[in-house]
Amino acid sequence: MIEKPLAAIVSAGLSKFGKLDGLSAREIFTYAAKEAFDKCPNLDPRKDVKGLYLGHMTESAEHQGHTGPLVADWIGLNPMPAVRFENACASSGVALRCGIQAIKSGFVDVIMVGGVEKLTHLATSDATEYLALSADNFFEQWHGFTFPGLFALIARAHMHEYDTTGEQLATIAVKNHHNGSLNPKAQMQKEITIEQAMTSRVVASPLKLFDCSLISDGASCVILTKPELAKRFSDTPIYIQGSGQASDTIGLYERDDLTSLNAVTLAARDAYEMSGMKPKDIDVAEVHDCFTIAELIICEDVGFCKKGDGGKLVQSGDTAIDGNIPINTSGGLKSKGHPVGATGVAQAYEIFLQLTGQAGARQVNDAEIGLTLNLGGHGSTAVAHVYSNTI
Amino acid sequence: MEEITLNRDKKGEILPTIQNFYRFCGHGRLMALKCIECEKLIIPPRIICPKCSSSRFKWIQLSGKAKLRTFSFIHIAPKQFSSQAPYIIGIVKLEEGLSLSGRIIVDKDVKLEIGMDLIVEFEDTVSVGWPQWPRYYFRLAKVIEQ
Repeated sequence: MIEKPLAAIVSAGLSKFGKLDGLSAREIFTYAAKEAFDKCPNLDPRKDVKGLYLGHMTESAEHQGHTGPLVADWIGLNPMPAVRFENACASSGVALRCGIQAIKSGFVDVIMVGGVEKLTHLATSDATEYLALSADNFFEQWHGFTFPGLFALIARAHMHEYDTTGEQLATIAVKNHHNGSLNPKAQMQKEITIEQAMTSRVVASPLKLFDCSLISDGASCVILTKPELAKRFSDTPIYIQGSGQASDTIGLYERDDLTSLNAVTLAARDAYEMSGMKPKDIDVAEVHDCFTIAELIICEDVGFCKKGDGGKLVQSGDTAIDGNIPINTSGGLKSKGHPVGATGVAQAYEIFLQLTGQAGARQVNDAEIGLTLNLGGHGSTAVAHVYSNTI
Repeated sequence: MEEITLNRDKKGEILPTIQNFYRFCGHGRLMALKCIECEKLIIPPRIICPKCSSSRFKWIQLSGKAKLRTFSFIHIAPKQFSSQAPYIIGIVKLEEGLSLSGRIIVDKDVKLEIGMDLIVEFEDTVSVGWPQWPRYYFRLAKVIEQ
């Protein structure tokens, strides 16, 4: 039995997401770190923070590897140990889980966990090619499979099995763009209509342009500490109550069920079990909408609705900010943006804002329990965390 | 099989590797592994049986008949495939029960549907080195004109 809470988040930072011309990954991360440090005056970064776990996927983008110590130095943490995590789009979700383990093991009292990605300077074809590295190169990319294409295969199977419609997928895009319009750090702060989404160009049928998340630059971070030290740094910390991670095949074709993401089911199950929470206890959730179909399937697989009812769930309005289970209040990857290495901890940042009442125009009333679900690739990695604002 | 250059172990057994899988493809054969211990069929080949952890296999040739499980028309393609777009990708269920990903080729304007019958075919091009392997793909088995 693991004693809870697992860890506390005492501060968090997020750079602006979007096309950040003239800024490199290390510089973008500095903006996220600066926000976290500035919001936590009781923390002395050089003295208190004993390391950095950094999610970062595409070293090819800037021809820059070894980004752990690089970024740590740039934010003033040299000579603390620093490690880069690469689990595709789940890189910083995994870094967060490992940060919790570092705290829990007693190795460190305070650690920074975050992620960064710099992609928008690349030609779109290069960026998408780098992102596709998270699938099975020898049996997928080699045959012309793209990342939208892989999620399109999942979407087609879900539509075939459960009569899910393109309009239901478009409803997810419309909702997330609305939420993003309320988030000053979002890449696209712009509402869209169902018609716009439905008539946008086909990328990989049945998925259209507005079913796809964005190519983004951005960085995110949180300061993790032991629960018993939390109040030393913040009057309003949040607590991590459960953590789950699971893997699945690197090739989509090897899976018996194409309409479900087994790693999501398992990661969520473990995070719920550890936290003692159930899907109905969650007040607000950030889930990995790299494509609209991903949000729909994750809602089913983490238990927000019955299998196959994901389309109906979004159409009911229940996943809107004022609904029963608000999903992706930040705008999600769809509208806030998807700097892949930063995405997992950016989800934790939004939950930190929501559970501490700092989410402004997109604040969910009385949000006390939150969930994040970060996906790597087409579900070869999934990481789930459950958070609360009381111990 | 003699004419195919394959990687073998010291005893002369064909190694259960992806390169050997594609070298078979280069000679028009879609091959899977069969675990000698538990009889599980495995594609693509791997060195440890995912069911029983044995490493004793024999290679068997598959019929190449398949049914379409799911598909997508790729309109925005990576650079090296952009001249072919739009093209179709899919996941198929092979007659022997295994699943595989690959390109789907149709000769005529047909409405592609899940469950359609397909047959494997192979690219003519010669392998140009790791991992530029000869590709297999799946063609609609029978087009019924209406």
